[in-house]
Amino acid sequence: MTLIDPIHEAVNEVYVAHSRRVLATLIRLLGDFDVAEEALQDAFRAALEQWPRDGVPANPRAWLVSAGRFKAIDGLRRRSRFDALDDVGERGEIGVIDAAAWADAESVEDDRLRLIFTCCHPALAPDAQVALTLREVCGLTTEQIAQAFLTPAPTLAQRIVRAKAKIRDARIPYQVPTPAELPDRLDAVLRVIYLVFNEGYEASTGSMLTRHDLSAEAIRLGRLLAELLPEPEVLGLLALMLLHESRRAARTSSTGELIRLDDQDRSLWDRQLIAEGGRLVEQSLLSRRFGSYTIQAAISAVHSEAPTPADTDWKEIVGLYDALMRTDPSPVVELNRSVAIAMRDGPSAGLALIDAILERGDLTEYRLAHAARADLCRRLGRVADARRSYERAIALTQQETERRFLERQLANLQQPRSVAAAGQPRASSNMGEV
Amino acid sequence: MKYLCLVYLEKDKLRAVPDKECKASSEGFRHSGVLMAAEALQPVETAATVRVRNGKVSVTDGPFAETKEQLAGFYLIDARDLNEAINAAAKIPPAREGSVEVRPVRELEA
Repeated sequence: MTLIDPIHEAVNEVYVAHSRRVLATLIRLLGDFDVAEEALQDAFRAALEQWPRDGVPANPRAWLVSAGRFKAIDGLRRRSRFDALDDVGERGEIGVIDAAAWADAESVEDDRLRLIFTCCHPALAPDAQVALTLREVCGLTTEQIAQAFLTPAPTLAQRIVRAKAKIRDARIPYQVPTPAELPDRLDAVLRVIYLVFNEGYEASTGSMLTRHDLSAEAIRLGRLLAELLPEPEVLGLLALMLLHESRRAARTSSTGELIRLDDQDRSLWDRQLIAEGGRLVEQSLLSRRFGSYTIQAAISAVHSEAPTPADTDWKEIVGLYDALMRTDPSPVVELNRSVAIAMRDGPSAGLALIDAILERGDLTEYRLAHAARADLCRRLGRVADARRSYERAIALTQQETERRFLERQLANLQQPRSVAAAGQPRASSNMGEV
Repeated sequence: MKYLCLVYLEKDKLRAVPDKECKASSEGFRHSGVLMAAEALQPVETAATVRVRNGKVSVTDGPFAETKEQLAGFYLIDARDLNEAINAAAKIPPAREGSVEVRPVRELEA
């Protein structure tokens, strides 16, 4: 028996569209995450009671904020267990639409940014930042987050409870950082978003299915942030995620096997996402204030522009890795640059660089360093070296599809090599770039 | 709200920041009205640890923690929120040599 009730449906639509914005404003007005969440639920309960009778208000979001605030203050007064009670009471009684709470439109617009920056405050543990952002900003349930991160739900729930307690007890303010603080604080937010994306994209452990949603959620967050705060690196990160996402259909086979960038069917790439990512990269580059996310996105865009792997502009990619080494140097970036140099100048040039990194001891436990080394050795015909490096990479990998991929590479190595039609050994680019 | 900023330094860095600079910075804090109290401490070797168990006082030397950094001083500040406290802590000179732990003060219940 499904009798479709238009008002219930309307309330549901309003919930999906506005509940996070209403929550963000209620946290500012009530000064407490838990009180605000309860108020949000109360407000929607009130909507379900009143809207069928009075109709859906012209500005449902303002109505919900007012109702939530009224219910919360009412609740606090009845329980009278909060010191802040008098403080809240002084702000006056509320009518149906609380003009005072709504008048400061700019404040209301900033509420979602306040929420994002508070959830990603560097005083919170990184995993708590992720959990809190997904819970409060994205509106995922604790169970959904726990499932996506393969963490027991009680552990995750406790992580969120502790983070909220810290926000309250250490008095982490509900505000958008000042311009002087912004670069560092924005880095923390971007890190959280990219981490969520990669959990969904790379699926370092476990099944892929539930994790796809995390990438979608990260892109949604990226779009929201780009709308609220279109800083170059925000656009750069969004571009990077869109360009990776554009290859989703091509990067695994029907049986779930990982397919390298070189071996992907490029007709499966999502041209619309590539175009959007490309536009964002350009916009960010033009600002001349871009950073490592934009450069990584630019590298990804160069791959996306090549109709076949052979058309890849490796000169451009090496140049971008040089830029990345200047802004954000790390052994992993150095490794990727070495692979790009191998593609531009030949495998022995790249191998010398990778061996130098490994000799330094920086990436000896990093599976992709050994996988890349194995590939270059293979191309140079150094089969025994290639085998040793594949075996090392396989021993280090945690992920099932990646292990199978590397085992296939190793197996191919042991058979007499089927030389490609062109008479050249197949060159393959960076495995990390998939 | 009150925050206690605990300054931690490795032993050989206890004197890395000149006293003059520390004095000047606490004067600055005092002038801006954030600072309630600040002191530098003698090295941990000078400390005694006191415990009372079953009404009996026991005194030992130490504490000798495993960590290389030791408590070297403190600043008790009054800040609007954690962000303001973090900004103040970043201006404590030994922050560039060691680390500063920013702890909110818990007001005792009446």
